[in-house]
Amino acid sequence: MIPDHLNLVPPPLIWGIRLPYQLRWEYVLNNKDWFIDGLLLALEMALIGLAFGSVIGLICAFLHSSGNRVAVAVVTTYVELIRNVPLLLLVFIFHFGLPQAFPRRSTGQELVLDLLPTPERTFMVVLSIYAGAYLTEIFRAGILSVGRRYLDAGRSLGLTRMQIARSITLPIMLRTVLPSLSNTFISLFKDTGIAFFIGVRELSFAANRVNTDFFRPIEGWAAAGLLYLVTAWFLAFGLRFLEGRIKWTV
Amino acid sequence: MSDSRQAVAPATTAATATMPMVRIAGVHKRYGDLHVLRGVDLDVQTGEVVCIIGPSGSGKTTLLRCINFLETYQEGRIWVDGQLVGYRERNGKLVPASEKEIARLRTETAMVFQQFNLFPHMTALQNVTFGPIKVRKVPKDVARQRGMELLARVGLANKADSYPAHLSGGQQQRVAIARALAMEPKVMLFDEVTSALDPELVGEVLAVMQDLAASHGVTMIVVTHEMLFAREAADRIVFMDQGIVIEQGPPAQVLDDPQSERLRAFLSRFRSA
Repeated sequence: MIPDHLNLVPPPLIWGIRLPYQLRWEYVLNNKDWFIDGLLLALEMALIGLAFGSVIGLICAFLHSSGNRVAVAVVTTYVELIRNVPLLLLVFIFHFGLPQAFPRRSTGQELVLDLLPTPERTFMVVLSIYAGAYLTEIFRAGILSVGRRYLDAGRSLGLTRMQIARSITLPIMLRTVLPSLSNTFISLFKDTGIAFFIGVRELSFAANRVNTDFFRPIEGWAAAGLLYLVTAWFLAFGLRFLEGRIKWTV
Repeated sequence: MSDSRQAVAPATTAATATMPMVRIAGVHKRYGDLHVLRGVDLDVQTGEVVCIIGPSGSGKTTLLRCINFLETYQEGRIWVDGQLVGYRERNGKLVPASEKEIARLRTETAMVFQQFNLFPHMTALQNVTFGPIKVRKVPKDVARQRGMELLARVGLANKADSYPAHLSGGQQQRVAIARALAMEPKVMLFDEVTSALDPELVGEVLAVMQDLAASHGVTMIVVTHEMLFAREAADRIVFMDQGIVIEQGPPAQVLDDPQSERLRAFLSRFRSA
């Protein structure tokens, strides 16, 4: 017997019109674990990317604002390099290129394999580096936007530059860039779909699997799309709610 | 112009036992081609309340910021309590002081700003206790208790947990005065502290400053456009114009019997009001 997901059964007639395609959601529902696990993995990778990217971004932004010429040159090069290249290319370079860049069984190759043992880990590392470049720019703009009058007040109290950076510039800057930070998180969440190309079993992988296993492209991708949409919307809503709970404004 | 009104002759030698609390001697400040201070000489004694008046652009605020070294100066010397501000003297030349030295010297002076400049992420009490805890290393509970006393003194004990965004301009400025007092400075610098306030809020801030001036515990240098305040609170009024001190003396003398044409012209604008 020929399985019906091969579309050999003609789609139904409705009001005399033959539909081009019959939706069969059971292929999604019967495999909902793929989608749930994929969604959770996507969220995890986005969160890791945001966390490590923020650390990279903060360090780079403050290094840049220190005015040290070497630091400025290094940070600028990093930011420009990452921001002007597609994420997919970075992922491929790290996943396929890096292990090949060293002789077989050399210390360098061992090191790469230790640091990037799985596609999941590789993607999280790349996403952190990628997010770091964007967050550097966001934090840098935030630092510049902190009013000089707050720095004057800190200086007149006798604080050192480091104390001012940590206790005054940092919190005021973070408050200012919080909306941009939320946007970045949502962008990163959607960018996790790229991980599918190196075989990470995230949400887009689940959608593609419904297509390849059962030839149901519309159901799989539609389900994933709906999950991306709803999750991103909830994230935006939740983050805006948290922003509203901060009692002070700049 | 009588002798008593002229600026005290600048002392270019190092600190002496008779050094006033603040000594400004021949200070010049330039922003590129703009010559803002053109040789300012001014002495302020311990406990003295000095009001600096003058038209905008006369260099009053810049002078105040130089005393706190928020601005550098290119020529001359400023001493606070016998210590050279912002520089070290080596073979008669000015060498920039280290960041630590500048920060330490800034704790001797406290500044109240036109725009209040309260830290927006701290409550009123945190604003007041921040300097003592971070810079003076005062224990937190001691700083809190002292902070509450200071907030009570400026009439804001009930606003201790409010953020600046939830306070009126007058209240913010009173917190800023408490923040400056908390550092127990030798000199308090007030930079047009009522200029950004709505007219009905000016009184509450001036009342706090008047109370402070009357206590004579702290040396005050006040840049202001409030002539009534200057008359009542100041021991001495200094009139500046175009980057130099033109006239100075007791309030009655300076305000009622101006000698220079420029001061007369300046005061006439207030008389008519």
